[in-house]
Amino acid sequence: MNALPDAEQLCVRLADAIRPALTPNTAMIGLYTGGVWLAERLHTLLGIGEPLGTMDIAFYRDDYHQQGLARDPKRTQIPFSIEGRDVLLIDDVLYTGRTVRAAMNELFDYGRPARIALAVLAERGGRQLPICAQFCGARVEVPAGARLRLRRAEDGGLSLQLEHAT
Amino acid sequence: MQRNPQLNKNGELQHLLSIDGLPREVIERILTTADSFIGVTEREVKKVPLLRGKSVFNLFFEPSTRTRTTFEIAAKRLSADVINLNIGVSSQTKGESLLDTVANLSAMHADIFVVRHASSGAPHLIARHVKPHEHVINAGDGRHAHPTQGLLDLYTLRHYKKDFSQLTVAIVGDVLHSRVARSLIHGLTTVGTPEVRVIGPQTLIPAGVEALGVHVFRNMREGLKGCDAVVMLRLQNERMRGTLLPSAQEFFKNFGLTAEKLAVAKPDAIVMHPGPMNRGVEIDSTVADGPHSVILPQVTFGIAVRMAVMSMVAGASA
Repeated sequence: MNALPDAEQLCVRLADAIRPALTPNTAMIGLYTGGVWLAERLHTLLGIGEPLGTMDIAFYRDDYHQQGLARDPKRTQIPFSIEGRDVLLIDDVLYTGRTVRAAMNELFDYGRPARIALAVLAERGGRQLPICAQFCGARVEVPAGARLRLRRAEDGGLSLQLEHAT
Repeated sequence: MQRNPQLNKNGELQHLLSIDGLPREVIERILTTADSFIGVTEREVKKVPLLRGKSVFNLFFEPSTRTRTTFEIAAKRLSADVINLNIGVSSQTKGESLLDTVANLSAMHADIFVVRHASSGAPHLIARHVKPHEHVINAGDGRHAHPTQGLLDLYTLRHYKKDFSQLTVAIVGDVLHSRVARSLIHGLTTVGTPEVRVIGPQTLIPAGVEALGVHVFRNMREGLKGCDAVVMLRLQNERMRGTLLPSAQEFFKNFGLTAEKLAVAKPDAIVMHPGPMNRGVEIDSTVADGPHSVILPQVTFGIAVRMAVMSMVAGASA
């Protein structure tokens, strides 16, 4: 598996795709963990003045009754009102769509946005919910049972990695 | 070797019965999770859907307004259904046994029992008999333990002081009868607090308490020197009727926290109290309402800590 796209290049491509759609009403929220790394990068590349929101969907997951509470959830921090805003949710990989559903549920407990769009670095097949990304860096074929995730190196460099189930 | 009755086979919190016996990483996980719930309690919609469809039974065999209320709020903010039972005035007076009461509530499909009981060990007894999907949280049993209070004290200390590894903490007053003190001492030593002191008259300090890793002071000014935090305990009025104490005035003179006594602690020391306070008995109003006091934030933190505990136990399989 050496065909994974370069995450750094995808970041630039994704920022270019988002840029024409930005308005002063856009508010950006990254989803932990990979989505926050990506959102930090996009936030800088796009020169957005307003602080970035960060969200951990641990309290909204639909598998709590099977999996229990996620370990060490982060505190969701949205340092702006989302009422009437154009919210851009940022995640690293779009797979089943369940994370995005949970994020939208949590978002509505903060207020009523005018619209929500989704930007992801990569999407793969396997959607279980009617959710799609408005902005996507690349489509990646991932073998069943493997997991595609974003990594951040100590120097801050981002890369996509495949993890095979053992 | 018998497994820790509070943890499931994966080492996750299954019941919360006492801080004594909880591994450090479980305590730290509770505090970290509570911190995320603080974010929820600061929102306009202070509710998350985690415990939707679950039933929390508050079984209070002993009266308590604050603890019951904070458990009720915590459960409601997790979207659970909450049923409050003041058993002291119903079944028990009709002669029903503790386990029969619990078995009846179990038949009503309970998920979490929050238990306050005058007898030490009652929550442990219940935890041994509940079904695998049911969880028990000790809300104070006799003189034994009050783990959620101890955890919220730890949360408060971490919030204001960031790190336990440099702290000197004094616990002052009626340590002998205090389940709060016992829980906090176990918690502080487990998370690695280097200096834990207990301060009080000889009659109210349990014999052999040094074995828990604390230093005993009979002189308050000596004991408060250099402290980062002072935890005042409630002096229960009923204790003063016996021979343990000469009078409330005498106690206040020696062990009541005043601004003048607090001055020997560190300049940024915080003052804590589990409530309810007896102003003018263990604490002076100028201190209770003063800049060092974090007594009211403790109450707010207590809700987040109880949300963390309930969501962790309810998500842990047996």
